[in-house]
Amino acid sequence: MSGKGINIEGLRKRYGKGDTAVDALKNVDMRVAPGEVVGLIGPSGSGKSTLLKCLGAVIDPSAGRMTLGDEAIFDNGWKVRDLRALRRDKIGFVFQSPYLIPFLNVTDNVALLPMLAGIHNREARTKALELLTALDVHHRADAMPSQLSGGEQQRVAIARGLINHPPVILADEPTAPLDSERAMAVIRILNDMARKFATAIIVVTHDEKIIPTFKRIYHIRDGVTHEEAGEGRRYG
Amino acid sequence: MISLAGRDILHAWGKFVFTGIGLGLLIGVTLVMAGVYRGMVDDGKALLDNSGADLWVVQKDTLGPYAESSSLNDDAYRAILAMPGVDKAANVTYLTMQVRKGDQDIRAMVVGIAPGQLGATPGWPPYLVAGRQITRSHYEAVADIAAGFKLEDRLTIRRNHYTVVGLTRRMVSSSGDPMIYIPLKDAQEAQFLKDNDAIWQSRHRTTANPAFNRPGAPGLLDAVIASQSANSFVNAVLVTLKPGHSADEVAQSIRRWKRLTVYTRAQMEAILVGKLIATSAKQIGMFLAILATVSAAIVAFIIYTLTMDKIREIAVLKLIGTRNQTIAAMIMQQALALGVIGFVVGKITATFTAPLFPKYVLLMPLDSVLGFFAVHMICVLASIVAIRVALKVDPAEAIGG
Repeated sequence: MSGKGINIEGLRKRYGKGDTAVDALKNVDMRVAPGEVVGLIGPSGSGKSTLLKCLGAVIDPSAGRMTLGDEAIFDNGWKVRDLRALRRDKIGFVFQSPYLIPFLNVTDNVALLPMLAGIHNREARTKALELLTALDVHHRADAMPSQLSGGEQQRVAIARGLINHPPVILADEPTAPLDSERAMAVIRILNDMARKFATAIIVVTHDEKIIPTFKRIYHIRDGVTHEEAGEGRRYG
Repeated sequence: MISLAGRDILHAWGKFVFTGIGLGLLIGVTLVMAGVYRGMVDDGKALLDNSGADLWVVQKDTLGPYAESSSLNDDAYRAILAMPGVDKAANVTYLTMQVRKGDQDIRAMVVGIAPGQLGATPGWPPYLVAGRQITRSHYEAVADIAAGFKLEDRLTIRRNHYTVVGLTRRMVSSSGDPMIYIPLKDAQEAQFLKDNDAIWQSRHRTTANPAFNRPGAPGLLDAVIASQSANSFVNAVLVTLKPGHSADEVAQSIRRWKRLTVYTRAQMEAILVGKLIATSAKQIGMFLAILATVSAAIVAFIIYTLTMDKIREIAVLKLIGTRNQTIAAMIMQQALALGVIGFVVGKITATFTAPLFPKYVLLMPLDSVLGFFAVHMICVLASIVAIRVALKVDPAEAIGG
């Protein structure tokens, strides 16, 4: 595995202090290469959400090291000053619910991130349309989120996660609300996009339908990760 | 950068427009309240302008003739005319009373004007919109058009009937009552006229008094009775100055030598604005403060509610890297947009309803400009609560868990 993608070593997260302290993450090691999609699986309370929040620079890990590409972003403390810019430029998010902005149309939902980064509106919209075309949802470019089906909304959400070509995408239960066919379509899209944009994608899931599609899976239990090989089945 | 506030407003325009209309009606009431105050001040100034005087000579140590009652002998003006710097001086009476027009009563300020001619006698209505000035010594009147009279209408003051020979406009008292000009002698009589029974009793009492009804002095009783029924008092003497003379110096001279109280135009304006309508102004000020507070509370509540409806979207925006300034700007722009809608509706409402008010409502452009900025200041302040809530939203809420 190359040094690109995302590398996590000995990541820990402790909530509280003293007798009431809880170790949500005790020792997390993960490596996801560019273009790779890995699964993160674990029961409720195992630390999946905490790990996702740490990786998403939303909460501060207590210790450990995280590297994005060649850049150490956390080494027992954040190494980047602007976590907001880090999230905007280096990390893509895909949620269980698409959480599209209801008052923006499909194109602007996707183009919003580059616009926030200072890219001109026209250029951002062009990029967004290219991505929507790649995800086969360009025909709904002018529609409002409320006019889309669940699958279309999720594809738009994936486009939004990919628009800034982040090195890593965190997908939180992206197929939960979808039927098998649409769930497989989403996984196929994520794999295609990972390869196309050399993005490392971590998919947190409980979805039995898609677990066999991962080549590598990280199990998390009581805040500790274990890596195992997946079946790597075709996804339709 | 895309306008998030604009897109949100367009997405839920109905909610914004109807909320803005509601707010606008409140702002309209606020503008009208300010217009009522301005109208009162303008009425006061119109009263002074229309008198055509540079100085008001009144009873010593009174704030007359508009703010307090004042009584001067009607020959006082002769001595004033002789003072250096005085060009013209004329007696005048003011009496706010019910004037009868057919079967209905009209509240009006009856002004008694001295005989003379327009331009030569202070106190005369400076212009007419119809008819002519008073030319006879008795029983003619010039009425403000707001009183509802037409030329040749008949009106009754006390027991005398008058014919309306001229009409004026914007001739009102400081409280907005229309003015009716009548000859001075008639006004003096009207001011002190008793009813017939009271006159009869007074004459009877005088006749029964042996000191007045002496056989050796046959004309004494008639002279006493005549003096009792006549009125030789006026409320003020209006004075105009010769060119080049200072109002303050002439006023000081009259105060010193005639032992009367004299007010210049500036002093009279201060009495009208500072004393006569001061309480009303405070009352209106209180209403304005309450309306501003209510408007702020409504805007704050609406913006807060609109923001709370978007908490999940705000969490997502923060998670994907939107800066706090962008989110704060979105909320503040929405508050300002609400203010713009509210102000436009309010201004239109005030403009169209102002003429319907019974008293003069003066909507000044400056007040509208100040109102515009005040509304936007209120909107900015009102949005602070919602912005604070939005900035406290944890981006982790978008991830859940």
